[in-house]
Amino acid sequence: MRRFWKSGDPFIWLTGGALAASILMVAGLVTLVLVNGLGFFWPSPIVRLILTDGKKVMGQVTEREKIPQPGAPPGTPDRYRIQLKVGNRDLYGADFVWVDDANVARRDFPPEAVLIERREWGNLYGFIKEVRDGDRVIAKGPEEGWRTLQADLPGATATFREIRRIETKEIGAINYAQEQIRLKIKKLGLRGQTGGPEVARLQQEMEVWKARFPELEARIAGLRRSSRETLVVSAIGENEKELPLAQIVSAYRPNAMGLWAKSGLYVSKIWEFVAGEPRESNTEGGVFPAIFGTIMMVMIMSLVVTPFGVLAAFYLREYAKQGPFVSAVRIAVNNLAGVPSIVFGVFGVGFFIYFVGGGIDRLFYPEALPTPTFGTGGILWASVTLALLTVPVVIVATEEGLAAIPGGMREASLALGATKFETTWRVVLPAVMPSILTGLILAMARAAGEVAPLMITGVVKLAPTLPIDGYWPFLHLERKFMHLGFHIYDVGFQSPNVDAARPMVFTTALLLLLIVLVLNLAAILLRNRLRKTYAYSVF
Amino acid sequence: MAARAGMAVEGQKNSTSAGDSRSGVTGLGTVPRDRQGEDSTGETRMIMKPMIEIRKLGLKYGEKVALEDISLDIPKQQITAFIGPSGCGKSTLLRCLNRLNDLIDGVTITGTIRIAGVDINDPQVEIPELRKRIGMVFQKSNPFPKAIYENVAYGPRIQGVSGRSDLDGIVEKSLRAAALWDEVHDRLHESALSLSGGQQQRLCIARALAVEPEVLLMDEPCSALDPIATAKIEELMADLKSQYTIVIVTHNMQQAARVSDYTAFLYLGALIEYDVTKQLFVKPSKKQTEDYITGRFG
Repeated sequence: MRRFWKSGDPFIWLTGGALAASILMVAGLVTLVLVNGLGFFWPSPIVRLILTDGKKVMGQVTEREKIPQPGAPPGTPDRYRIQLKVGNRDLYGADFVWVDDANVARRDFPPEAVLIERREWGNLYGFIKEVRDGDRVIAKGPEEGWRTLQADLPGATATFREIRRIETKEIGAINYAQEQIRLKIKKLGLRGQTGGPEVARLQQEMEVWKARFPELEARIAGLRRSSRETLVVSAIGENEKELPLAQIVSAYRPNAMGLWAKSGLYVSKIWEFVAGEPRESNTEGGVFPAIFGTIMMVMIMSLVVTPFGVLAAFYLREYAKQGPFVSAVRIAVNNLAGVPSIVFGVFGVGFFIYFVGGGIDRLFYPEALPTPTFGTGGILWASVTLALLTVPVVIVATEEGLAAIPGGMREASLALGATKFETTWRVVLPAVMPSILTGLILAMARAAGEVAPLMITGVVKLAPTLPIDGYWPFLHLERKFMHLGFHIYDVGFQSPNVDAARPMVFTTALLLLLIVLVLNLAAILLRNRLRKTYAYSVF
Repeated sequence: MAARAGMAVEGQKNSTSAGDSRSGVTGLGTVPRDRQGEDSTGETRMIMKPMIEIRKLGLKYGEKVALEDISLDIPKQQITAFIGPSGCGKSTLLRCLNRLNDLIDGVTITGTIRIAGVDINDPQVEIPELRKRIGMVFQKSNPFPKAIYENVAYGPRIQGVSGRSDLDGIVEKSLRAAALWDEVHDRLHESALSLSGGQQQRLCIARALAVEPEVLLMDEPCSALDPIATAKIEELMADLKSQYTIVIVTHNMQQAARVSDYTAFLYLGALIEYDVTKQLFVKPSKKQTEDYITGRFG
């Protein structure tokens, strides 16, 4: 036994076991997220259940679980129930029903059952009854109706998009211009200029913009009139629903689809998720604004944290006289990494938003007050707060890198007549670059997954506009933004429709993992390239 | 011969008895007197104008005395070796010559060092400027993790040489001077770290030569090299002697005997004996020196 201990084998087993446990946990987490997240987009068949009491339900099976039978004697057969997404929230009140297996008398998969994704009220399940144009019926029955729907849906969608474009882009531009003029007038007013030619000119400009409203409204009304087609769907339970074609995002008949068609739909749904806007209080549609916000925030954070952390580390390691004070600073920096992130959030609100942002508003945007511009949460303040949160990581990594550079390299440079600065700039900085990138990788991973401090420094459930758009100065750092981590929290725990939102939690989590992975891979590739160039002398 | 040896001992006594060398009749410090007026014209010039004059040099790390009352003259265009057991201060003395000890906190230096007549510890002296004139090669070869070309071009670039053809010329000249050109001329843009240990050390020499120094300090340049690489470096030193004043620290006595013209033996921070190499090894005047070179301690 003694010899066994001394041989070192137990230690190998111990280390291997620890690694295996870590891998298992990570793999389990990723698998859970993958299975739940990726399965969500697969068009599963629509099942119609005829219950023992003669009632019918139709929808997609989302879950099957054992019914707990507390106190039942051992040997009692297990009983199961299934969760069915029946949709039709406007008709039934709830999207999901639970059905006991025992109550199902018969089940079938009607091929003409149609699933319609709507812009409002969630999915609609049923059978097409007819397609109408105004009061006139233009197609009757499931088959003819389906063909007409397929033919006319693209047109209706295009019209809908055009209306949206006019509403957001063109009317948005008018609103934006008017707001700018209003602020200019107010700015003049603050300077004591309430009349005069300049104000008159601005007011006149305002009138010009105002005059363009009716024209656009008329165009929208015209477009609305042009698309009058509606679809009548008969749902289970003798309910009928008439909805305009413009309300339909997509319609498909999963029971009639082959594997290829399903795969195509699967891919297009993933694309919609990644590139689309959220609908129905984030439980449907896509998460593009959140992806955009997350990546942009991480990038701004990197831009802030890298120079700060690197400069601080250089001072600590290269210039400061090593002593108790520097040691104390180092310990303080390391401990900063252990401060709860929400504390950083509170600091961000107090210092960045109210103090710095408020100051900027008073100095540069007095005309907009009391509406704050920078004096409220925004992507800049969230990024800076996260930079503060992650700066210890960059400092520690850079310092370690600096300590690892052989002193001989600095001496060699100095002995050649280089000054301390030239040595730092031309020899030390390139050699420490891989370590800086390591720090940045860790910082980015931490920042991308952080939620708590963001909730109070600028993340919102639904941001009306992206932080980048076509209006000068194009990059709007004061804007609120969406974030994948917060999106997970919001969809998973703040959603009015938890069952419908649950798959979104997994898909969003998966996406966040992927983004962190991609950002990290990019940084790691860059670091490896630098390492090849700037490997230390091993001799 | 015997008479000359006696005179050498005499001169040596001057140097080691504190301070009197400064007022010595020759005013040449500890340069062995017996060499004066010898047939070699080079040596005469050397005596007329020592390259480095060290007077009453003392150095303390905080309270710890590392060097005490060192006075010696290092002749121009000769190889001077510092030998002595580990911790005797020979490297510290070498690093005083390009003020590399300035980097260490708490170092106090007393006495004067003149290189080509200029007091290097004068506050007026620009240290980078000084270091350009005093090249150094370290014990551990320390090429920058850059291309071979960039290593050699580093010093000239720092000095503001930027023309491609100028740099090409300097790189080739320096690598040739360091006897490395033939081995690396077809892979100048590969990493310096791909070279062997001996090649790396010669690259460091080339790098030092590229800034055209007057003095070359070598701090145990061969201690990490195999005998073949060592032989190459020694050969190189003999070639470089005609242009540079070389000071080498070594604890390999055979090496000192092989390559140097003058040898100084240091022990516990003090200069024990300084003489023509042959003289010091054949007939040392001090018991300690003899004990050391015969291997009784150290």
